[in-house]
Amino acid sequence: MTMKKKGWKDITEGNIIDKPATALEYKTGTWKAFRPIWIKENCIQCKFCWLYCPDMAIKMKGDKMTGFDYEYCKGCGICAKICPAKKKAIEMKKETEFEK
Amino acid sequence: MSIMANYHALTGNEAVAYAMKQIAPDVVAAYPITPQTSLMQKFSDFVADGDVDTEMILVESEHSAMSACVGAAASGVRTMTATAANGLALMWEIVYIAASSRLPIVMPVVNRALSAPINIHCDHSDAMGARDSGWIQLWSENAQEAYDNTIQAVKIAEDPDVRLPVMVNLDGFVISHGMENVDIYDDKKVKSFIGEYKPLVNLLDLKHPVTIGPLDLQDYYFEHKRQQAEGMMHAQKAIDKVGKEFGASFGREYDIVEGYKLEDADFVIIGLGSTMGTLRMVIDEARKSGMKAGFLKLRVFRPFPKEIVRKHLKGKKAVAVLDRSDSFNAVSGPLYSEITSALYGVADIPVVNYIYGLGGRDTSVSMLHRVVKDTYDISKSGKCDNILNYLGVR
Repeated sequence: MTMKKKGWKDITEGNIIDKPATALEYKTGTWKAFRPIWIKENCIQCKFCWLYCPDMAIKMKGDKMTGFDYEYCKGCGICAKICPAKKKAIEMKKETEFEK
Repeated sequence: MSIMANYHALTGNEAVAYAMKQIAPDVVAAYPITPQTSLMQKFSDFVADGDVDTEMILVESEHSAMSACVGAAASGVRTMTATAANGLALMWEIVYIAASSRLPIVMPVVNRALSAPINIHCDHSDAMGARDSGWIQLWSENAQEAYDNTIQAVKIAEDPDVRLPVMVNLDGFVISHGMENVDIYDDKKVKSFIGEYKPLVNLLDLKHPVTIGPLDLQDYYFEHKRQQAEGMMHAQKAIDKVGKEFGASFGREYDIVEGYKLEDADFVIIGLGSTMGTLRMVIDEARKSGMKAGFLKLRVFRPFPKEIVRKHLKGKKAVAVLDRSDSFNAVSGPLYSEITSALYGVADIPVVNYIYGLGGRDTSVSMLHRVVKDTYDISKSGKCDNILNYLGVR
């Protein structure tokens, strides 16, 4: 996850980002205190989670939601909150539960 | 080369407004403030009369004026504004952003005292407050220099090795409202001198999307500041080059500093702005009475020309620094601190400081005579007992 940092001679002037979609290189997965868990059998494939996710943590295959990309998930919980399925298809769990 | 002079009776503000008309910036955003008002009023006349096709944005404050300038400059167009005193103070936050984002905005600052007590007249506390903001600072002695500096500022700011904003300082009322003969150059020659602006980035170029002004934390902010310092280091070379090119085009060559009877002087008075005009006469008179006085006028305060100052002061017996602003509770005035820092470890010369002309207090010939006489005495005794002096205060 760590990139070798550039020196002052090798960066753009005034912190201009000179190309689009560089957020792809900025991974924030270590920030989260809660982790969303996808419960596949409850999912109604409404794609609300994909629409509402402020980052790009919802993995899609065609128009199907297929789970989470945790490298981009900050654990905000919006997806779980917005999930309209009768039985929630996304559940937030404490990150500590996954620690050994 | 013979160059025909084309003199017009103009105030400093009119001369700068005329330079702006000839520069024809794509965008000007401004808010009126005394003593800048008549400058922008004249320029907006040019816009209203169709003499210049600038997009003029009238905003609700100086904070908005500089914000609009930052947006315009980021979109890759030539951008200007002008302000004074409290207006510059209100711009503060965005003044830094313009420099740090490397946007070559040009801004005449019609120097005026900061409040309180409220005062509309000349001193340098406005620009001196912004001395660490990363803007290049040019200073003018008279209306001609204000006009010439404004034209040169565009070329300096846009130099590919520099890309920093430039303040063109002219003393409020003394220069801005005083009428002088100003040699106005041909429109086409000014246009060809400044050339076409080639922006580094263009926020509106949808084929090459860029982000300007993103977050920059512990990992890269420091590197960008170092880079900004580098731009400032290149600025002196660019200012020097542009000054020489200006001489070739218009017959008035500009140096970073100007010396007056400096070479054979025993002692030197240093300062900025219109007071240096009065000082020419005072030095002539001092010479007649046997005192070998000279002056060193700084046309450029940022970047501070330390090597040039050292070169000119080495071997002198005494130096007086005129500061038209105070730096409360510092060693002395801001120019004094720069000069003594430049001399540190290089030359052991007594340097005396005079804070003068605050709030437009007239700096008379007799006051400057006193400065010259006192500095002469210091040059003879080699001792300066009282560094900080308030000149002309009751």
